Amino acid sequence: MIESLFVILLFQLIGEIAHSVLDLPVPGPVIGMFLLAGALVIRRSRAGAAGREAATPAELDSVARSLVRHMGLLFVPAGVGVVAMAGLLRAAWLPIAVGLVGSTLLGLLATGWVMHALLAARAARAR
Amino acid sequence: MHQLWVSLSVTPLLWLVVTLGAYLIGVALRRAAGDTPLVNPVLVAIALVGGLLLVTGTPYATYFSGAKFIHFLLGPATVALAIPLADNIHHVRRSLVEMGAALLVGCLVSMLSGIGFVLLLGGPAQVALSMAPKAVTTPIAMAVASEIGGLPALTAVLAILGGIIAAVLGESLLRATGVRDWRAHGLAAGLAGSGIAAAQVAGRDPLAAAFSALGIGLNGLLTALAAPAAVALLHRLHWLGM
Repeated sequence: MIESLFVILLFQLIGEIAHSVLDLPVPGPVIGMFLLAGALVIRRSRAGAAGREAATPAELDSVARSLVRHMGLLFVPAGVGVVAMAGLLRAAWLPIAVGLVGSTLLGLLATGWVMHALLAARAARAR
Repeated sequence: MHQLWVSLSVTPLLWLVVTLGAYLIGVALRRAAGDTPLVNPVLVAIALVGGLLLVTGTPYATYFSGAKFIHFLLGPATVALAIPLADNIHHVRRSLVEMGAALLVGCLVSMLSGIGFVLLLGGPAQVALSMAPKAVTTPIAMAVASEIGGLPALTAVLAILGGIIAAVLGESLLRATGVRDWRAHGLAAGLAGSGIAAAQVAGRDPLAAAFSALGIGLNGLLTALAAPAAVALLHRLHWLGM
């Protein structure tokens, strides 16, 4: 448990340091996420045919799973910030509502359509 | 009584208990409603805590000085997304080109249409910039928002609401337009609705679950890279009026 938390926080710290030292536009935790994913993939390929379970420490797996599973809770303090913005939301409710619904559904449909069309095209080529 | 409230309301303890309790009420309500995506525990908790702050006249800053200990864990939780990402790396390798193209198109459509709708309807530039990264998982979205000059708190609320919209409408809309591939459903849910929509498709199919995790992680990276560049371009064109 402590070891897994150490690994996760260490990669976040490396990410934060990389963010400010290299002046990267990507947030520190995101850099940490990709560095840790890379480290796990390298570790796994070193472990070779021993299988994926052998390469990801079971404890890190369970700590990460519980953090991700309860991610919803972690959004609450930031989300409550909406009470401090009631005025802004009331003043610009139409652009906010249309922008939110419109861009969410357009982004979803665009992704789904492109992925579907390209996968179908590949399946047709294979046949 | 008043004295007790005054002393408790400035300690982190009260707000940690309130936040956890409100979230647990949200979880219980969803379970009571038969685990429907229509009842979202995050939304319930925000409404309960927000209502309490309004009723008691507590400033948000006082609440956040306690709740920031929960908020801090968003960083480690983002790093923890590395584990599902690493677990699914073989899926990425197998459909790299298709996934890359779908992600790029979806990411740009989501960001630019968000900015466009807000500006066209006369919304302030700061709101448009807060809308741009809202498809991404909330901790990344908030970090990107503060990077490009949006309001992280507004982005957090938009990300959560957008996730609910994608979870409720996504699957039926894609199906109605002829999309049946679970990889496409998963990727689209992860890209547009992050964790909340991903949880919905993950319950439907394991392949959709894998691709929704990828949609969350890769759109997080793509948006973090593309949003500052896109906003710099909009500034140069003076479309943001700042």
